[in-house]
Amino acid sequence: MIPHAAILNKAKDRKFEADPDQAPTEDYHDIVNQLEKEGEWEVHRVPEPYVEVKNKYGRTKKIPVEQTWHHKSCGQCGHIPGYSTSIFWINRKLGLDYHDPTDQTSCTAWNYYASATSNAAAQAAVAMRNFAAAHETGYYPIIHCATSFGHYKETRQQLIHHPELRRQVRAILAKLGKKLIMPEEIVHYSEWVHAVRDRIAERQVHDMSGIRATVHPACHYHKLIGEDAVYAPEVYGAQRSAIITSTLQALGIEVGDYSTWADCCGFGFRHILVSRDFSRSFAVQRKIEVMKEEVDPDILITHDTGCVTTLDQSQFAAKAHDRNVGLAVMSDSQLCALAMGAHPYKVLQLHWHSTDSRPFLEKLGVDHQKAFAEFEQAVEELKSGKKEYMTWEDADG
Amino acid sequence: MTLDLSGKQYAGVDYDEKERLFEEVKKDFRFEQYLYGCYECGICVAACPSARFYDFSPRKIAQSVAREDVDLFYVFLNDSVWDCSQCFSCDVCPRKNSPGGLITLMREVAVNNGLASAQEALEGYGRVVYKIMATGTQVAPDMLQANAFPDWGPHVKDIAENLEAWRRALPPETMHTTEASWQVDEKTITELYLIWHMTGVMDMIKEVDEGLFMILQDVMEEKLEDAGYDVSFD
Ligand code: SF4
Ligand code: SF4
Repeated sequence: MIPHAAILNKAKDRKFEADPDQAPTEDYHDIVNQLEKEGEWEVHRVPEPYVEVKNKYGRTKKIPVEQTWHHKSCGQCGHIPGYSTSIFWINRKLGLDYHDPTDQTSCTAWNYYASATSNAAAQAAVAMRNFAAAHETGYYPIIHCATSFGHYKETRQQLIHHPELRRQVRAILAKLGKKLIMPEEIVHYSEWVHAVRDRIAERQVHDMSGIRATVHPACHYHKLIGEDAVYAPEVYGAQRSAIITSTLQALGIEVGDYSTWADCCGFGFRHILVSRDFSRSFAVQRKIEVMKEEVDPDILITHDTGCVTTLDQSQFAAKAHDRNVGLAVMSDSQLCALAMGAHPYKVLQLHWHSTDSRPFLEKLGVDHQKAFAEFEQAVEELKSGKKEYMTWEDADG
Repeated sequence: MTLDLSGKQYAGVDYDEKERLFEEVKKDFRFEQYLYGCYECGICVAACPSARFYDFSPRKIAQSVAREDVDLFYVFLNDSVWDCSQCFSCDVCPRKNSPGGLITLMREVAVNNGLASAQEALEGYGRVVYKIMATGTQVAPDMLQANAFPDWGPHVKDIAENLEAWRRALPPETMHTTEASWQVDEKTITELYLIWHMTGVMDMIKEVDEGLFMILQDVMEEKLEDAGYDVSFD
């Protein structure tokens, strides 16, 4: 048997300082800027104030704090809407200016990775249309979905290396009356959470020091064009990407390590829709059961459309097979909002989840019965026509 | 199911046809960055989720293409590529390959050529393709139906029954929609349709699902006409 615990503990003691001069890849910042000088595109600069962090190879990455244009995720808004709601709620509570656009399409990459019914030019045109739309508003794009984030990095790489593709996409955008705009950084919202985690912790109303969590990082965040991912020496000794774990630590949560941390969740893009036996088996056997056996956490925190979906929705059927499941799943945004006192149903919208987060809420001292009754009351007001929508003010009421 | 690598199942397919498809994969501009050769080390397999539950190997796929084994490539093109999870865990390859990226290209060629295996793989997937191409968002709230996701738990039925009210119980005002994940502007949808038109994506749909093509064609041509564009997808 492999002595995972001994190996992992040893790894914790190692500190790795990435040296940008030793990076195995060219610096995308240099090329993006060079192409701007050559008139190939315009660069959308990260607005001030920004936070400087380090990427995988020790290069500086700027994370915008506000004036953010929220590139939403179809899977989050469609099926886990408390995920995106929590991101907006945190922005509002921190008093940060943001824009929630309607001039935005999905990145369409879930479909592309599932069915291949698209091509590189179409995918790049969709990406660059969204980036141009963001630029027109003056707000800076921040990406909610790790697959959009990963796919846009792939797109940037293809556009950087293939002048013909640039020409083709520029011509398509011109027909739409848009310019070719490349953001200075492609930013994932978890990086923003990482950048403002101390501000979130300052507003924390629930003590989380007795909580033990496990983390699952999205493959498309740190494996697909892995360079952009954020690493920090104080988190896993910069051996692994820092986001989520850094945030949980700032909230006082103990993050438990487990031997399949780097494994995928089993989402599979097409599998989660048409071959779910695979997604379910993988999620349960390679992630949930391993976490439960090695850490026995109170909560699993992850950060992507596909990962939250798969890890949350796959546990129900596994119960019928007496598998070791029953682990509540949330996004980092939902957990942070909860820590800051957000309503579990009006903001986190936990009734859209499959797993049972009530034991976790009880451990924090949150009265979930009362909270759900409040939510139901609000829904009654909507159904009776007394109110048309739940407003942000209602959500805090 | 065990994968039959003998190639006997495709003995009736002309070698020239297999080679034509092989060349189509190699011709893609991304190919040179996805495959540099193969050490045959199997590191990609160790990282691969699909390899744990299917008779599936990114090593064998990369190897067959790097060795230009056209018969074996054709087996993978039909019987293997749809098992991939497209997670890109295999990007850890020490040769700097992206076996997952190579598989994306192979799938695209399978779709472009209307292979029966691609049509079969995409059966039951038409609604998703329709959603993304027609509405600009993919997994819309109204797709959460108990008969579609019986294994996810009883909450799916609750969501379906309360969908309209629960969507209005979302504070962000862009998210009160049920047919799309958020409210997308008409102008934005028009621009998306123009992108599909200018990049030939509808031709791909036609190859794998003629019925879906016709439905999408109607929806898109009408909307584009309303917006003042004279565009035909034929
Ligand atoms: S594709 Fe890369 S990781 Fe996989 S066997 Fe070949 S060299 Fe090794
Ligand atoms: S992208 Fe496909 S081949 Fe690569 S690791 Fe993921 S499932 Fe395996």
